[in-house]
Amino acid sequence: MIKVQELSKLFGTKRAVDEISFSVERGEVLGFLGPNGAGKSTTMRMITGFIPPSSGTVTVGGFDVVEQAIAARRLIGYLPENAPAYTDMTVYGFLNFTAEIRGLRGDAKKKAVHRVVGTCFLEPVLHQSIETLSKGYRHRTCFAQSIIHDPDVLILDEPTDGLDPNQKHEIRQLIRRMGEKKAIIFSTHILEEVDAACTRAIIIDRGKIVANGTPHQLRSKSEWAGAVTLRVTGISAAAINERMAQLSAVKRTAILREDATSVTARVFPKPNVNGVLAGSIADAAQGWRIEELHTEEGRLDEVFRSITMPDTATEEKK
Amino acid sequence: MNSWSHIKAITKRELGAYFSSPLAYVFIVIFLLLCGFFTFMVGGFFEPGRIPQASLVHPFFDWHPWFYLFLVPAVGMRLWAEERRVGTIELLLTMPITPWEAIVGKFLASWLFLALALVLTFPVVLTVNYLGSPDNGVILTAYVGSWLMAGAYLALSCITSAMTRNQVVSFIISVVLCLFFILAGFPPVIRLLEGWAAPWLISIVTSFSVITHFDGFQRGVLDSRDVIFFLSVIVFSLFTTSVILRTHRAG
Ligand SMILES: Nc1ncnc2c1ncn2[C@@H]1O[C@H](COP(=O)(O)OP(=O)(O)OP(=O)(O)O)[C@@H](O)[C@H]1O
Ligand SMILES: [Mg+2]
Repeated sequence: MIKVQELSKLFGTKRAVDEISFSVERGEVLGFLGPNGAGKSTTMRMITGFIPPSSGTVTVGGFDVVEQAIAARRLIGYLPENAPAYTDMTVYGFLNFTAEIRGLRGDAKKKAVHRVVGTCFLEPVLHQSIETLSKGYRHRTCFAQSIIHDPDVLILDEPTDGLDPNQKHEIRQLIRRMGEKKAIIFSTHILEEVDAACTRAIIIDRGKIVANGTPHQLRSKSEWAGAVTLRVTGISAAAINERMAQLSAVKRTAILREDATSVTARVFPKPNVNGVLAGSIADAAQGWRIEELHTEEGRLDEVFRSITMPDTATEEKK
Repeated sequence: MNSWSHIKAITKRELGAYFSSPLAYVFIVIFLLLCGFFTFMVGGFFEPGRIPQASLVHPFFDWHPWFYLFLVPAVGMRLWAEERRVGTIELLLTMPITPWEAIVGKFLASWLFLALALVLTFPVVLTVNYLGSPDNGVILTAYVGSWLMAGAYLALSCITSAMTRNQVVSFIISVVLCLFFILAGFPPVIRLLEGWAAPWLISIVTSFSVITHFDGFQRGVLDSRDVIFFLSVIVFSLFTTSVILRTHRAG
């Protein structure tokens, strides 16, 4: 559905987006991650046709967003960053207006407005002026606008920004559900959302794609992935270190915490021995009183940091 | 007529926006007060010798180019500046509409609003009809001319509104711009020019003047050249607006 090819954007001499390429098919939810100023919003603005690319092309549903802008935009629902909306209108008036612009009339319009009011829980503020809405409600109103025509493609720039935990949960569920039939790109700074809603994630940094894969693939890039955390009582840290060093699959052991009664250690595997480590540790630890033993999945925030801030991440490890 | 329905939706929204803020009412009240004050007090409507002819033309319409100088930029300043400040321009221009539809829709809304303000001056017309028997045809053409002139000012304000996200800046620049279009035909300025400029230069300058072009309407003449002048100022300005909006988005 969405095809981005060697897309670049220069602001003056600054490269906000630098030759990025990717595609999103129907049924995919693509999470867009990256530090502030990475170029996420700029990329989304080019996909929706708000700003023209400096070079490269974007097609949506086969339509070039520059050459066949109108046809492409019909397929797109867009929630811009900061959820702008006409503050002088009521929620109801605003949704009606966007429905009209999208070509909905009469009964179809009424139904569409009714549907999104339900989906986005806007009932209590329906006739309130947008100016007086709380941030979360304004965000939901703008989100409602983006799905009013039930588009095939959804571009959402930080859709859960400013929502309360319940609403965040609802919106993630909604994105996930809609993602089964649509192609969705959404950007976020909340890494749990990648697990909660995405089928795939892209990390961009300084305008370039630095990682692209399923949440599981990204997580396995973590150096924690496959490490085993172990907590035992009645054994000294030195003894654990010694015993673990004898195992062939172990790269190194880090003592995380040591107090009067127990020691917590994390054992890192050598490359390519994922999965079996926990078993061999359990064998080696016979006779110890094990309170906890589990394999780490690898953490997205750690992957994110090590990819986008390689220097500080290594420093912290030391 | 898909275009038309887009334009209609935008026009409707914009008109709603005017009336949901006090701006519209303040504007209309000020406009009507100014019209009344200048017509009856300053314009010498009740001067002896005037009433028998009961002409509205000079006491009333003569002031319009000057009222508009401040009032029309006040109406037009928010058109694009506000969209840019709030960020709704990003919504509007990513809808499946062409920028032209958005520009025309917004312009039409403000122009209709100005038409409403003009229509509300009808008591003045009733008054002259009560006091004498004016040529209502002339009054009508003068109204048409006045509305076209307001449209030209408004289109110029669209340009300045698209240039900035600050309404005040937009207002000031468009007043200056409109002032140029008035002064180009203002008799004192022409006399000043006559001192040194070649006649062809003067005629070029005056051909840009809204006053010169408005004059025909005030005499009851619907000259196609005058109509075309105002319409081309409008079209040209709206085109410039679209260029400015495009360059802004290009970054
Ligand atoms: N109109 C503009 N003119 C000049 N520079 C711009 C413009 N828009 C964005 N930039 C620059 O482009 C870069 C990318 O910005 P962008 O908004 O895409 O970042 P982002 O990834 O969305 O960040 P955030 O997480 O903070 O939303 C930034 O350095 C920004 O300063
Ligand atoms: Mg952003």
